[in-house]
Amino acid sequence: MSTPSGITETGIDALLGKSYRHGFVTDIDSDTLPPGLDEGVVRFISRKKKEPEFMTEWRLKAYRHWLTMREPHWAKLRVNPIDYQSISYFSAPKRDPNAPKSLEEVDPKLLATYEKLGVPLHERARLAGVAVDAVFDSVSVATTFKERLAEAGVIFCSFSDAVQNHPALIEKYLGTVVPHTDNFFAGLNSAVFSDGSFVYVPPGVRCPMELSTYFRINAKNTGQFERTLIIAAPGSHVSYLEGCTAPMRDENQLHAAVVELVAEDDAEIKYSTVQNWYPGDENGVGGIYNFVTKRGECRGRNSKIAWTQVETGSAITWKYPSCVLRGENSVGEFYSVATANNYQQADTGTKMIHIGANTKSTIVSKGISAGHGQNSYRGLVKILPSAQGARNFTQCDSLLMGSNCGAHTFPYIETRNPSATVEHEASTSKISEDQLFYCLQRGIEEEDAVNMIVNGFCKSVLKELPMEFAVEAQNLLAVSLEGAVG
Amino acid sequence: MTALLEISNLSAKVGGKNVLHGLTLSVNAGEVHAIMGPNGSGKSTLAYVLAGRPGYEITGGSVKFQGRDLFTMEPEERARAGMFLGFQYPVEIPGVNNVYLLKAAVNAKRKAMGQPEVDAYEFLQLVRGKMKLMQMDESFLSRGVNEGFSGGEKKRNEILQMLVLEPALAVLDETDSGLDIDALKVVAKGVNSLRSAERGVLLITHYQRLLDHIVPDHVHVLARGKIARSGDKTLAHELEKRGYDWVLEVA
Repeated sequence: MSTPSGITETGIDALLGKSYRHGFVTDIDSDTLPPGLDEGVVRFISRKKKEPEFMTEWRLKAYRHWLTMREPHWAKLRVNPIDYQSISYFSAPKRDPNAPKSLEEVDPKLLATYEKLGVPLHERARLAGVAVDAVFDSVSVATTFKERLAEAGVIFCSFSDAVQNHPALIEKYLGTVVPHTDNFFAGLNSAVFSDGSFVYVPPGVRCPMELSTYFRINAKNTGQFERTLIIAAPGSHVSYLEGCTAPMRDENQLHAAVVELVAEDDAEIKYSTVQNWYPGDENGVGGIYNFVTKRGECRGRNSKIAWTQVETGSAITWKYPSCVLRGENSVGEFYSVATANNYQQADTGTKMIHIGANTKSTIVSKGISAGHGQNSYRGLVKILPSAQGARNFTQCDSLLMGSNCGAHTFPYIETRNPSATVEHEASTSKISEDQLFYCLQRGIEEEDAVNMIVNGFCKSVLKELPMEFAVEAQNLLAVSLEGAVG
Repeated sequence: MTALLEISNLSAKVGGKNVLHGLTLSVNAGEVHAIMGPNGSGKSTLAYVLAGRPGYEITGGSVKFQGRDLFTMEPEERARAGMFLGFQYPVEIPGVNNVYLLKAAVNAKRKAMGQPEVDAYEFLQLVRGKMKLMQMDESFLSRGVNEGFSGGEKKRNEILQMLVLEPALAVLDETDSGLDIDALKVVAKGVNSLRSAERGVLLITHYQRLLDHIVPDHVHVLARGKIARSGDKTLAHELEKRGYDWVLEVA
């Protein structure tokens, strides 16, 4: 007897098994430090990067403090023990004594890697109006559009270059938003970070293009510890996007980045992330541990910092892009889509610290869980006594696909000023069979239907992304959740 | 000539319960058939079995759609081959634009027929024309699918989708329920505009009043999972006067 077939279990399993599309390793001669960490390694990194004395001292201070710290274990995550002595803390693609000064001088294999990743590095980049600072295993390889940015007075370069060419800015701002004492992973990063990006937008300047960085972990057994610092001087405006990928590895790799943002009076920073680190295989083997500290400080009046993140990758994500709203009338925003499929775990959210009067924050979080994925939203809204008239709105929605996954919400609200207004809305729903069948009945393929429903669910976040990356984010969502319905 | 839809001795179960017991019905192109019957007689089950909703188990009989064994076709294949189900309770899909879903549906069908994707401008012109017919405001295009729609708006939206997709067979499951008389007329106008020699309509309804506006060629009474009585449009009037008990007793 025949049966009208709808969504079959085997079909779902097959689709869930869809492999990671960025899983290739580039065969490049790396200049990699043997595993292990001590003061000698910290000094090696600093020396290798020809850093001034203050940087070496800063790193050593961070390292010594880190030795006294412990890993945080409050998140709802199961983390395999990390042996910090088995990680290599420096891996740079080998270069000629003269570093490449243009794209033509960059190792063609490296460029081919970016090609595969779809990084718009050549003409496509210019057409898309994107300047790319590509970080490969922690060292910046090539930065485009420096000239056009230079005309506007915008500094956009690798962190190493900034240390060489703008040491005063580094010394003034580094660690002022995320101090080395902040947390275990931020402490480790401060000691060993190898590169990252630096942006300075001078007063009154609107950055003429989107700035973009691509990160990729390539070498085996290496950690990636990049550091990003963005300073928006009074009245300036900048939009920055980072994308991340990593090849497939059986072992877990550590990524512990730190991002610091400073917005002065009337300045605005928009920081977008599309994170697609290798998530591990369908049994939860391998994948990146993404333990990242991101924080922005609205230092000036009427300043604004907006975080938008689409987190589809990593075995474990531990990440809370936050805003310290110090300036009067300053605004903090956090828009997040986080997916956890197979055995992925995500514990992510934000902290909005209201210090100044009439500060305002908005949090929109969309968590999607599938397979055996566990997805937690963790957020803190803290209103200090000085934050007269502060306002917060939080919306926190979870979407479940299948019955073996979990969604959790941990909102913390601390209000110490009676004039503050804090609103919190939360919902949890399943992709319903009704929605799916409705789309199928209109002739739409199951995969397309799931994508459509998920994208609809995430719409209010995706619309915050710069146009050219919204499409990429939608595609990533599709890949990470293909067929994940049960 | 092969019938558009040929249901033979169909039996089906849902939730472990037998709902259809040897139902036989034939719909030719160009015909409008009304299926009437009391609550729980199996009307909606018939609609879902035809569309291929998961959870409905076929325990006997066969259905041929355009000469093909319907049960070898996935729900989306059936849709692309020209079967349209107008839902009794259209579901909301938040954040997905109405026009986006419509276009995806049209393109899925075109792809299956080896045609190129629809031209965006022409498509919009087409949809606007149909919306006018359904007396729908253009703002419906950019709203989420059925998101926050009233009952009547949802039903109009179903008919709009049907008009754009131009199915060979439209199965309309209680499209009249929850409609006031003005909305009913609009919906009827939409359905009538689609009537042609190439298409068939299966109109599932509880009440005769829809049939004043969409005049059927055949009327069937579904009772206890099978066709208890068939006739022309006068059967509907008789039912209106005498109620379903009369048919049940005779059956």
